Amino acid sequence: MSQDEYRDMLPGTTEFRLPEPPPVQRVNGRRPIPEKGEPMPERPDPVAAPGGLDVWDRRVAEGLAFLRRRLAGAYEVDEFGFDPELAEAFFHPLLKILYRDWFRTEVLGIENVPAEGSALVVGNHSGTIALDALMLTVGLRDRHPQQRHLRLLGADLVFRMPLMSELARAAGATVACNPDAERLMTSGHLVGVFPEGFKGIGKKFSERYKLQRFGRGGFVSAALRTGTPIVPVAIVGAEEIYPILADLKPLARLLGVPYFPITPTFPWLGPLGMVPLPSKWLIQFCPPIPTAHLTEFADDPLVVYNLADQVRETIQATLHELLEKRPDPFGP
Amino acid sequence: MVTSPPSVVVVTGVSRYFGARVAARLAADPRIDRVVGLDPHDPPARLLGLLDGVERIRADARAATEAIADLGPEAVVHLAITSVPDGRNGGRAAMKEQNVIGTMQVLAAAQGAPGLRKLVVRSSTAAYGASFRDPAVFTEDTEPRAVPRGSYARDILDIEGYVRGFRRRRPEVAATVLRFAPMISSSAETSLTRYFAQPVVPTVLGRDARLQFVHAEDAFEILHRAVIEDHPGTFNVAGSGVLMLSQAVRRAGRLSLPLPEPALSTAAALLRNLGVEQIGMDQIDLFVHGRVVDTTRLVREFGYTPRTTVEAFEDFIQAHAAGSTLTADRLVAAENAILDGIRRVRAAAADAAPAGRETS
Repeated sequence: MSQDEYRDMLPGTTEFRLPEPPPVQRVNGRRPIPEKGEPMPERPDPVAAPGGLDVWDRRVAEGLAFLRRRLAGAYEVDEFGFDPELAEAFFHPLLKILYRDWFRTEVLGIENVPAEGSALVVGNHSGTIALDALMLTVGLRDRHPQQRHLRLLGADLVFRMPLMSELARAAGATVACNPDAERLMTSGHLVGVFPEGFKGIGKKFSERYKLQRFGRGGFVSAALRTGTPIVPVAIVGAEEIYPILADLKPLARLLGVPYFPITPTFPWLGPLGMVPLPSKWLIQFCPPIPTAHLTEFADDPLVVYNLADQVRETIQATLHELLEKRPDPFGP
Repeated sequence: MVTSPPSVVVVTGVSRYFGARVAARLAADPRIDRVVGLDPHDPPARLLGLLDGVERIRADARAATEAIADLGPEAVVHLAITSVPDGRNGGRAAMKEQNVIGTMQVLAAAQGAPGLRKLVVRSSTAAYGASFRDPAVFTEDTEPRAVPRGSYARDILDIEGYVRGFRRRRPEVAATVLRFAPMISSSAETSLTRYFAQPVVPTVLGRDARLQFVHAEDAFEILHRAVIEDHPGTFNVAGSGVLMLSQAVRRAGRLSLPLPEPALSTAAALLRNLGVEQIGMDQIDLFVHGRVVDTTRLVREFGYTPRTTVEAFEDFIQAHAAGSTLTADRLVAAENAILDGIRRVRAAAADAAPAGRETS
């Protein structure tokens, strides 16, 4: 086929390279062929495998050993409460279903995330509940060659709620405050932060993909103090999962939450309204902004503000680019 | 920094296990000539053996002032600080009297002692309070975000306030404040060790605290060094690493009983009034928020690394294996039994339908 025909087959104006195989066609909402670059998961077919019996035997043995380790408390937890074993065995596989099959997430520019050492990943926040933070974590874990864990910085509201606080800590999150951020960065972790906070996830659908104010830029001074590079990331797709049509402020105040969203499905459909709409997600990591040469300016408000603004502009511009690549929010 | 060890040391709070052990340790050190134990109460019989080499003066806080002035000590080690009200000895009022007023008087006496070179005060990591906005790890410079609910934590804040005042007035005295994490060992008995020794352990529903312990022997070693050497400043004393409360309960082979926080508070208040067990707001706050401290400063300055939290807790478990139900051995046995059972059933199923298995 000619290059023009090929281009016509593609949705929107997605960049393409000729040697690549034709785009994956969706059959019954699932991808029959694994995408190029994504290695086939090493999961031998239990029926076709010669030792089919042993595969199941191994799985049962592994499952029981896991259960025994959990019941005996024989696992390690770091000082922030991160439980890598639980994250690996429980949170990650569960979220990956949402990531891959429901949101069909594509990750671009993963090479901008350093292979080792600390980095501060700064993203746009949207989607009523912070699913974008979780999808970013799964994306990094899934697509990064070193399978790095993103350590999220969360609002203190998350850590106020029982159960939620413990799940967040076990998954590697901690309270968004400078001491914790600096401690994580000096120990070489990948830290994720959404400076828009509730202003970002609680904004109305009409303001989608418009970045909100970045607060006081505390994340920038934390990065400057530790000389950690900042990796801006633009996430497209989260705005459409629960479009907020209205915000019931009095009810929110009564419940002690920052906003009470009214979406096309919530609260009309009850628990069913909690199901996110299956939008198409794109996550683009931008080139890192080095900060090692700016360490002495950590307390200079002008430098901090300018850098925060630079990060914000980068994310906003990347959002527009991504939106052009994704003309249909619910496309394949 | 090492200077000459003090020749006369006054230790307060020798009627309790912690104070008695420290006093005994200091008395056994040949570099120290004289160790004097001050306490308003007589030590119980089981501690008397420890206190052989220690001169004891039975004096309440007021009398202690005169005693300290008479003795002319070079070092005062203030350990008469209780974390839990004692129902038999006046309850919370007496605890506050001892902690706050006692500290005030001891520090006032120390301030008036001309030959004093060293002051060592026992504090606690409860000084960081408990708030949902707290950083995950406290360094010595972290200020508490809110006034704590627990009475012990409030006392600790008062005590540290008095030490700050003392430092201002006697800047040439090396004042060391040691913030201890909860102590645990095979033999130490605290309200926390009693808590973990129960067969069924009540916890807070939906909360899993990050805990740190310090081995009691390490705490004694640090205190000893603080008296012999010069380490002015405030130090966190804890074993590195973290155990989650649920994890600690599981490692101890106990069963946890998660209760909603209000129910647990009510039950704790009821038990307190009945005088059965003293679980205060301090402990409930600890189980809701957890508490982890940074010990970099301690390790650097003292040149001593305490046993890790996991090792300290392991030592405790070994001594308290009696009440455990879900031990690691039993879990391994159960795992093997279930695995064997499944294998046997599968083998039987495969034998019953060999043809079907081969074609598939």
